[in-house]
Order: sequence, then structure tokens, then C-alpha cells
Amino acid sequence: MYKSAVYEEPLFSEMISCTKGKFKPVDLLKKTIQRTTKLNIPDVDETQVVRHFHRLSQMNFCIDSGIYPLGSCTMKYNPKICEQIASWEKFVCTHPYQDISTIQGNLQIMFELEKMLCEISGMDSFTLQPAAGAHGEFLGMLLTRTYHQYNNDGKRDEVILPDTSHGTNPASATMAGYKLIEIPSTKDGTVDLGYLEKTLSDNTACFMLTNPNTLGIFESDIIEIAKMVHKAGAILYYDGANMNAIMGKARPGDMGFDIVHINLHKTFSTPHGGGGPGSGPVGVKTSLEKFLPIPKVIKTKDGSYNLDYNKPESIGKIKEFFGNFSVLLKAYVYITMMGRDGLKEASEIAVLNSNYMKEKILDSKKYSMPYKDIRKHEFVLSCEKLLQEKKVRAMDIAKRLLDYGLHPPTIYFPLIVKEALMIEPTETESKDYLDRYVETLIKIADEDSEIVKNAPNNSPVKRVDEVGATKNQVLTWNMI
Amino acid sequence: MNLVPNSCLKDSMLKEIGFNKIDDLFFDIPNQIKAKELNLPLGLSQQETEKKLREIAYKNQSVYDVLSFRGGGIKPHYIPAVVKSVISRAEFFTAYTPYQSEASQGFLQAMFEYQSLIAELTGMDVANASLYDCATALGEAALISTRINGRKKFLIPRNISWEKKSVLKNYLKGPNIELIETPFDIKTGKIDLDHLEKNVDENTSGVYIENPNFFGIFEDDVDKIQDIIKNKDALFIVGIDPISLGITKSPGEYGADIVIGEGRALGNFIDFGGSSLGIFASKKEYVRQMPGRLIGLTKDKGGKRAFCMTLQTREQHIRRGKATSNICTNEGLCAIAAVSFLSVLGGDGFENLSRINFENGQILASKIKTVNGFKMMFDSIHFNEFVVKCDKDQTLVNQKLLKKGIQGGLVIDNWYEELSNCMLFGTTELHCESDFDEIVSALKEV
Repeated sequence: MYKSAVYEEPLFSEMISCTKGKFKPVDLLKKTIQRTTKLNIPDVDETQVVRHFHRLSQMNFCIDSGIYPLGSCTMKYNPKICEQIASWEKFVCTHPYQDISTIQGNLQIMFELEKMLCEISGMDSFTLQPAAGAHGEFLGMLLTRTYHQYNNDGKRDEVILPDTSHGTNPASATMAGYKLIEIPSTKDGTVDLGYLEKTLSDNTACFMLTNPNTLGIFESDIIEIAKMVHKAGAILYYDGANMNAIMGKARPGDMGFDIVHINLHKTFSTPHGGGGPGSGPVGVKTSLEKFLPIPKVIKTKDGSYNLDYNKPESIGKIKEFFGNFSVLLKAYVYITMMGRDGLKEASEIAVLNSNYMKEKILDSKKYSMPYKDIRKHEFVLSCEKLLQEKKVRAMDIAKRLLDYGLHPPTIYFPLIVKEALMIEPTETESKDYLDRYVETLIKIADEDSEIVKNAPNNSPVKRVDEVGATKNQVLTWNMI
Repeated sequence: MNLVPNSCLKDSMLKEIGFNKIDDLFFDIPNQIKAKELNLPLGLSQQETEKKLREIAYKNQSVYDVLSFRGGGIKPHYIPAVVKSVISRAEFFTAYTPYQSEASQGFLQAMFEYQSLIAELTGMDVANASLYDCATALGEAALISTRINGRKKFLIPRNISWEKKSVLKNYLKGPNIELIETPFDIKTGKIDLDHLEKNVDENTSGVYIENPNFFGIFEDDVDKIQDIIKNKDALFIVGIDPISLGITKSPGEYGADIVIGEGRALGNFIDFGGSSLGIFASKKEYVRQMPGRLIGLTKDKGGKRAFCMTLQTREQHIRRGKATSNICTNEGLCAIAAVSFLSVLGGDGFENLSRINFENGQILASKIKTVNGFKMMFDSIHFNEFVVKCDKDQTLVNQKLLKKGIQGGLVIDNWYEELSNCMLFGTTELHCESDFDEIVSALKEV
């Protein structure tokens, strides 16, 4: 299992700097903007710089280090071939404003990726522009707004979402100017149809839903939900963060969703880069197609590709240029390599792995799992019992897992599960890894509570004082 | 190669948990919506995939196949080998957001250093750990301005890129912020100060300017601009090309409250417009209103120096609908490229880079000026981009240049009708004397 290196690595600003000479101002610049002093960036030799970042990297867990079962994050292994192809000069050294004849390869990738995503999700059209899932959600909310305004129905100012929704959902709706109405889940952990019906009105712009939801439960009433939402004249929005559960098994478009976003850096295996760059393409049904951002990649009669900017009803741009192209390229390579058979198998085994772990853990009776039993690609445990019996919290278990070289699950989410551990193993983990993870979780539940509460002990640092960081803000080395 | 290891064990694993077949795990999906077989090809082997992609790649011409002088705020820069080496470490690029700080000290420290270096470059107190790109950073800058002072009128120069303007308009729809465009002076290409003065008032939340601006020109009347803005207590927001900051003052030195920018040039590929890096920095007093992640320095339980994500109560995963922004995934790896880029160049190297970009901008302009039928549109000092007016159809000029293996300047009169027959040329340290001679002799022939 993973073992982190431990260095007392100095900050870059603390390294010995060997700056040459004095600063020579550029005479042509007006004094108002002319630099007169040297920048305070240390000048360090290349060896030291390389060692600095090498050492830092050795104090960082990653998917290549081991199982990384963060719920709702789909941390699957990223095939090396995707990375390799995405580094080719013919792709990464192209300028977005180049002549169309010189970027036919890029346009083909984008055109075909859109088609692939349409097929996988059951939608009619896609834009690849958003840089992340939340960015896609924001675009989805703007499309919702534009759609209602276009239909002279612009007074709709409410977005409804279940209490299990990702934090980005309400934040995106607020950014687009909507009021939020959060509805409680049923005792099964699913959408409360009665409550939803009561809440829907002439003011409802949209209902945002993740399916399977963040508890990992498939919303089996989805057809009924779609009918209710559409009857009220509202848009049904699909948060595609959990798409890895259903590829080749069910499609949001068939379920009745009008707008979806997909996280390429989750389901389609593009690496997460410690937080990005990501990509959150947005797909829509035909009725919303004309509002999608410009440009649209089109295929002309002679088989060549072009960019169509002539879309008068389009909302314009949501990001400069065409999105995070190399991320799109990696997803294209992944889908090409997996094919229809591989994608379906990925979802099937992701769900099998999740249910396998869940059963094994629940068998131990150390953890409980509120709400409905059958789960998809992820499941949410509660360690409330350990809190009551031993004052051990989800946070403590997470930190203790680090001592065993395992990355913790997502904790304290969704909010409706007390002391939540949200586990998503993905399809790329072997049974051996799943078994070890299960055994370790069970073992920790039996450990002396003091040991668990004092974890981690094998990491480069012991438990980090996050409260202190907020109280005494040190956000740059000048603030030390 | 198998990317789904348990596919060969599925029967036994199913049995162990009391199921017969895979589809039993999906019984909760109603039959009506069970998917038919996807209409996609079967998967390819790695080798076949690579072959297919190679064929597609060869339909492209990179900036190394065609000599490119295309401006528009995005140009290729040299990427030192160290940067490529650092960002290809899987520990960085296959990690998730550093929620578990004890297992992410490396990434967190690197991001803390990124924040510190961006603060130094921009002259601000704090910088966040990145936004998507400059355009969305501008959107967030407008939103934070309204959050800070409650006002709802935001000013931008008319001459920012149309893409940025379009993104900004979308960000303003939610809170319904009014957008005013300040024209540029047709002689200097700089912001029209009279118009600015007339339009900044007590309802103005913030004023955005770019340095250098979209035409490559330095807005050097920053003292006057600052006075106009501060007189009405509005926020002063500056958009920068970071590469210029080695020779110019930092915006903090001329009164900026918030600095944004596109950081792609700091060690990232141009990536067909991807691999963007939204820089966002501000004065310390606005930190609680900031969008996006912030990394803080603190201590561990044993008193040892440690890093963690901080002020998370601003963020969506804690504050949900009341967050300062919806951003979650940002551009972490591009920020790692930026911090390693700045580290390997050092202050000396960075200043030198900035100088070469400036000098190449002057050399190229002076050479193009000598060609009959091509002249400079504006009479101001520019950085590494500039607007050239020609007496021919500039689209035709570009087509002829392309035949000679050159991408000419960006055609810009679609957006500024008064700039008919104008092209935006760009250069960087990647160009050398012979490249300049090549374009000049090509321009003589078109």
C-alpha cells in the first residue's frame, strides 16, 4: 500500500537565490507603467527546482498510487495512452484561430466526440465548451433561462433540487439568478413525488437531479418525475457526475431529461490534475439546441469540417475558444478504445464493485447504511454507531485509512447521512484492492479509539489544523 | 490490456453477494428506459487506437508546421523541459482535489507557491488557486465587485476580445448587472478617458481595463484611470498578460483592487485554446468574497508546518447556494505548470523573457511597416501584439500567406467596423530574425 515520502521541503522562497545584476527599466515605456525594480522571484539552479517539485510530488497521493474511492468523483485509472496522444505537437501546438484547413483533425475530434456523447446520453446535441461540471451546470441554468424567456415565460424564477444534490447544483442555480427550493428525500432516499408535485408551479424554471443520486440510488420513478416536471412547464436537468453507473444501461435522454452535463474527467477517465483542467460538456434536446454556445462544429458536404458561428439565438460563449481541448481529446481516445462493449462493461463492473464492497462491509455490522439497499456505482455508509459508542467520527476514520496507505472516501456528504462515508470504487480496481479496503475499514472500527482519533501517523504531516488556517490567514509566503 | 480487472471474476463476485447475473444489479432501472445497445463501434486495441489518432493528427498543422503570427491574446511560448517533466508526474496529474490535506501536502505546497508567485507578479496580497480562464475570471471579477459594494454597473473597454465579452455577458445575467463599454481612441488605440470619466459614477461597481489591451497597446494613463475610478469608490480591475509583467509595473503598484489574467502562457501549451488558467488575485480585504479555492499555511497537530484548503465556507461544497461561486474543478495542473515555469525561469529569466517579447514586438512591427501597403494602425507603445492596417483585402492576404506556410495576423474588423482591413499580429520569444524576414518578404509578394 501507498507510503508517502516525508520531507521537510522548504518553500521556494526559502531557497538560496543567485540573482544577477540590477534591473534595467525599458526606456520606451511611460514612467506610469515602467517597472523599475526586480521581481521578487528567487533565481535557483535547475537541479534544485527539479528536486523541489520531485519531492513535493512524492508527498502526494494519486490514482497511480492506489485505490482512490472518493464518492461522486469517479477516480478511475487514467490510461497512459490517452495522455501520450494528448501530448502530440500536432494537437497541443495548434492555435484556436488557425485557418480551418489546418485544423481539420481537431475539428474531427470535436465533431465525433459530440456524436459519441449524444449516443451515450441519448441527447440530440452537445457543446464541449464548459471547463468543468459546475461550469456545465451554470451553462445549463443559463440555457434554462434563455429557453423560458424565448417562450415568453421568463417569470419562472425557481429551481427545485433534492436535499441530496451536489453543492455545485444550488450554487450554479444561484449564479444564474434563480431562487432555490430544496425538497426532502423520502425514507428510501429518493425524490418525494408528492412533495415535488406540491412544489412545482408556474414559477418553476427547472428541477435538477442526479441519477443515480448521490446516495448511489437509481431514481426508479424517473419517468413519472419527468412527466410531472414537463407538465408544470419546467426543464429537467441532469447532473451527469454519476454517469459512470449507467453507460449502455440507461440514457438520461430516454429518461426525459432536457439538459445534461457530463464530467469527462470522471466518467471518461481524463485525469483530474489535482483539480483540473476538467471538461463538462452540455447536451440538450432539439428544443434547446439553438441556444447552445457558438461555434458549432459542422461537417460539410465534401466531408471537411467547419465552424458555424451563425446561430442568432445562441447564448454566445461560456468559455474562450472551444473548451479544454486536450481533455476532450483524451476522452475521445478513451471512448474509441473502450467502444460500446467496453463502456457498458465499465459501468457494470463499477456497479458490481460498489455492491460487492457494500455487502462485505455491511456483513461486518460495524457500519450502517441508511436508505434503500440496492446501490449503483457508489454507496454511503454511516459511522454514527462508532460516534455513539467510541466517539470516533467519519473524519477520524478517513485519517486512519491514510495510515494504512489507503485514500479515504468522500466524507460528510450527502448531508442527509450522518457521519457519512461515501464510497465509489470504480471499475478499475481489482477484487484484491476492494477486499483490502473492506478489511481495513472493518479493522479500524475495532481499533482503540485513541489510535483512530490521533491518526494519521505515517503521513508527511500529522492532522492538519484547518481551523487555525482560517483564523490566522497565511495565503502567500509574504504573509508568513 | 484490460482496464476492467474484475470482468473475469464477475460471476464469483456476484454469487458471493447473492446475485446471479449482472443485470440483476440493474433491476431498479424501469424496462421502458433500459438502453438498447449503444450505436458506437466496438473498442479498439491500444495500438489500433494510436494508429487511428495518428491519421487524425496528420490532418492538423501545428505552429511548428506553419510559421504563425496570429494574435488575439493567445500565442505559443517556449515551454522549458523542466515544466513538461513536472506536470507529467502522475502524482500531480492523476490526483484529485486535495480534500485530504495530509495525503496532498505536495500539491498543496505547490499551489501555495503558485498563489505567492501570482501575488508577486500582480502586486496583490492574495491570489486564488485558479479559475477556468481569463474570460470566466472577468465574469467572477464583475460578480465579486457587486458583492463587495452592492452596485450594479460594470465598465469594460469596448476593445476586449469578443469571446471574453460574450462570456462576461453570460456571467452578468444572474444578478442583472448593467454593462457599459468604453470606446477606444481611434488614434492611440487606448481607452477613451473622457468617456470613462463621464460614465463612472456612484452606481459603478467596478471598472475593468487590460494591460496590454486587446490591440497589444499599453494603457499607460493608469494614474488618470485610477483617479477616475477611486473618485467614485468603484473597484479597479486590471486584466494582464503575465508575460508583460517582467518589464511593467504590477497593477498593484498603480492602484488595482483586483487583477485577473490568462495564465496559459506560463508553461502551458496553446492546446487549441484549452489548457487555460484563470488568474485571480486581489487585495486581502476582499478575500472572504473571493471565488474558488485558496490554499493556506498552517500547522499540524505536532506544530509542524502544513498546508490545507482554507476559507472553505466560501465554497459550494460547504455553503451550497450561498457560496461566492459555483466553481469546484479548476485548472490545478495548469497552475502547477505555471509555478514550475516561474520557478525554473527565476526572476532574471522571467524579466528576460518579458523583454524579448517586447523587443520582438517592436522589431516585427518596424519591419512590417517598411512593406508597401502595410502600416501601423495606432501610434502607441505596444507589447508583443499590434494592429496593422493594409490596403488590400486582409483575408486574401492571409490566404496567400498560408500558401507560403505562414499564418498572418488575426482579422479583426468583424468586431470593430472602423478597423477595416486591419490585422492583429502577434509574436513571442519563439520567433527569431529569420522568421521576421520570412514574413516581411512574404508580405511584399502578396
